[in-house]
Amino acid sequence: MSLMSLTAVELGKKIKAKEVSVEEAVQAALDAIAEKEDKVNSFVTVDAEKALERAGQIQKDIDNGVLSGPLAGVPVAIKDNMCTKGMLTTCSSKILGNFVPPYTAEAVRNLEKAGAVILGKTNMDEFAMGSTTETSFYGATKNPWNPEHVPGGSSGGSCAAVAAEECSYALGSDTGGSIRQPSSFCGVTGLKPTYGTVSRYGLIAYGSSLDQIGPIAKDVTDCAVILEAIASHDKKDSTSIGRDSYDFTSALTDDVAGMKIGIPRDYFGEGLGTEVRDAVLAAAGELKKKGAIVEEFDLSLVEYAIPAYYVIACAEASSNLARFDGVKYGYRTEEFEGLHHMYKKTRSEGFGTEVKRRIMLGSFVLSSGYYDAYYLKALRTKALIKQAFDRAFEKYDVILGPAAPTTAPRLGDSLSDPIKMYLGDIYTISVNLAGLPGISLPCGTDAKGLPIGLQLIGDCFEEKKILRAAYAFEQTREYAHSPLAADVML
Amino acid sequence: MANIISDETIEYVGILAKLELDGQERERAKKDIGEMLDYIDKLNELDTSDVEPMSHVFPVHNVFREDVVKNGDGRKQTLSNAPDSREDGFVVPKTI
Repeated sequence: MSLMSLTAVELGKKIKAKEVSVEEAVQAALDAIAEKEDKVNSFVTVDAEKALERAGQIQKDIDNGVLSGPLAGVPVAIKDNMCTKGMLTTCSSKILGNFVPPYTAEAVRNLEKAGAVILGKTNMDEFAMGSTTETSFYGATKNPWNPEHVPGGSSGGSCAAVAAEECSYALGSDTGGSIRQPSSFCGVTGLKPTYGTVSRYGLIAYGSSLDQIGPIAKDVTDCAVILEAIASHDKKDSTSIGRDSYDFTSALTDDVAGMKIGIPRDYFGEGLGTEVRDAVLAAAGELKKKGAIVEEFDLSLVEYAIPAYYVIACAEASSNLARFDGVKYGYRTEEFEGLHHMYKKTRSEGFGTEVKRRIMLGSFVLSSGYYDAYYLKALRTKALIKQAFDRAFEKYDVILGPAAPTTAPRLGDSLSDPIKMYLGDIYTISVNLAGLPGISLPCGTDAKGLPIGLQLIGDCFEEKKILRAAYAFEQTREYAHSPLAADVML
Repeated sequence: MANIISDETIEYVGILAKLELDGQERERAKKDIGEMLDYIDKLNELDTSDVEPMSHVFPVHNVFREDVVKNGDGRKQTLSNAPDSREDGFVVPKTI
C-alpha cells in the first residue's frame, strides 16, 4: 500500500504518530509525480527541492511540538491561480509565464501555518476560463480514469492530481463550478464554500463576485479539515466575511435522521445522462434509508443561470484582466510602436482564444448602450435566482442533484462549441450566483468506468449541513481509487 | 442569428478590450459573440421590471481601514517581475 493512497487526515495521523516522516511523505508524492506526470499532466510547476527543504523544517516543528494539527507535514498541490511567494504562478497562461509572486495568497498562507508542504502548482484552464483544462497554455490535463477524457475544469489539474494520487489533497477555485465539476469527473470530493469564507487575497481574479477557493480531496473528512485550515476573516479581502464559527468537522456524524433534502425536478430534465440520473437518485435513496426526508420540488429559473453567469463573469473578467498589459509583470511583446500598440500586441499574443472571447464579451456587455440591456439584466436575474434558492431553503436543509449532466467528455469534444461547453455547468453555476456552499462527491461510475458526482447544496453559511449529508452518504460506499492511482501499487 | 455583430462593433470592442485580432480571429469572434448574445437574450423572457440589480449576495459595503504600511520594502521583488525596469521604476514606451 502506497502512502499516497491515504487520505490527508490518515497521512497526517501517521506523521504525528512518527510512523512516517514528513520527508518520506513528501518523497512519496514526488515519486508519484515523477512517475505519472507524463500520463496526466496535472502540474505546471513542481518544486521538489523546496518541498523537501520545507519537509525538514516541518518535521522539526512537529518534533518540537510547535505543529500538531491534522495537516502538519501533509503534501499539497495548489491551483496555479493562487500566488505563492517565490514560486512560479502562471494561471496556465502565456501572459504570466514568468511571474514569480512577491507574496503568498492568504488561503495558502493559512495552509502553511497548518504545516502543509507545497509540492507545486496545478494546471487549469487559462485564467480559470473553461470546463475541461484544455485551454491551458501548458497543455491539457488528462483524466486519471481514462487519459482520452478530460478531467473537467477549471481546477482539472488539482482534481486529477488528487485522483492520480500525486498529492494528498489540493486547493482549487470555483467561479461557476470549477471545483465541483472536475471533482465529479475525477471521482474525488471538492467543496466550494459560501462566498467570503475563504480569503481571495492572492487569488488571481476571474469573476470577483463569484470566485471562491476550496478544498479537493479523497473524502468528506479531508474537505472539512482543510476548510477549517483555510477559512479565515481577512482584512486584505474586502469581501471576506467574519463567520460566527469556523468549526466544520463537528458535522462529520453519520446522522441524517430528519434532515430535509430537496431534489429539484428542474435538474432532472433534458440533457441529463441516464446513468448520472440513476446514480444520483440512488444516492438520494441511501440518504432516505438513513432517515432523511427526501422530496422533489421545483427550483425554477435553472435555464437562466448560465446566460446570467456569462454576462456577469465576463464583465468582471474584462475588468480584472485589464491589469495584464506588459508593464508590471508577465509577458511583453517583442516589437511595438508606442504604448497602446504595446498593450494590444502584448495582450493579443499573451492571452488564449477563450480568454480573449470572454474579455471581448465582457467589454461589450459593459459598454455604453448595452450596459442596461445585458449587465444590469443579468444582475436582476441573479437577484431572482437568489430568491428562488431562499424559498427552497425555507423548506429544505440541503438540495441534492448531479454535479454535471454527464461524465467526463473526450478530449477535444467540448472546445469546438462554447455554448455546449457552458451548458455542462448548468447545475453548478447558480450556486456561485447565489453565493452558496456546494460539495461534489463520487456516487458511482458509468458503463465506461468514468466517475459520477453527487452535488449537495446548502444555504449560505450552512456548510455543516452539506458536510453532514455528504459524510452520511459517503459511509455507504468505499472510495474508488483511479486506475492511474493504482499504478504505483502494482 | 438575431445578433449580427458588425465589423465596427468588433473594432470598438477591440479598442475597449485592448485586443488586436487578425482576420481569422476577428471572423471567429464575430460569430462567437453573436451566438453568445443570442443565448444571453434568453434573459429577456424574464420580467425583471420590479427587481433591483444584485451586485453582491450579502449586504456588504466598502470596508475601510487606516492606510498603514504593514509590509516591508518589496521594491526589488516587485521590479524583478517587470519585463523592463531601470533604477526604481518600470520602463514603458514613450507616452507623450
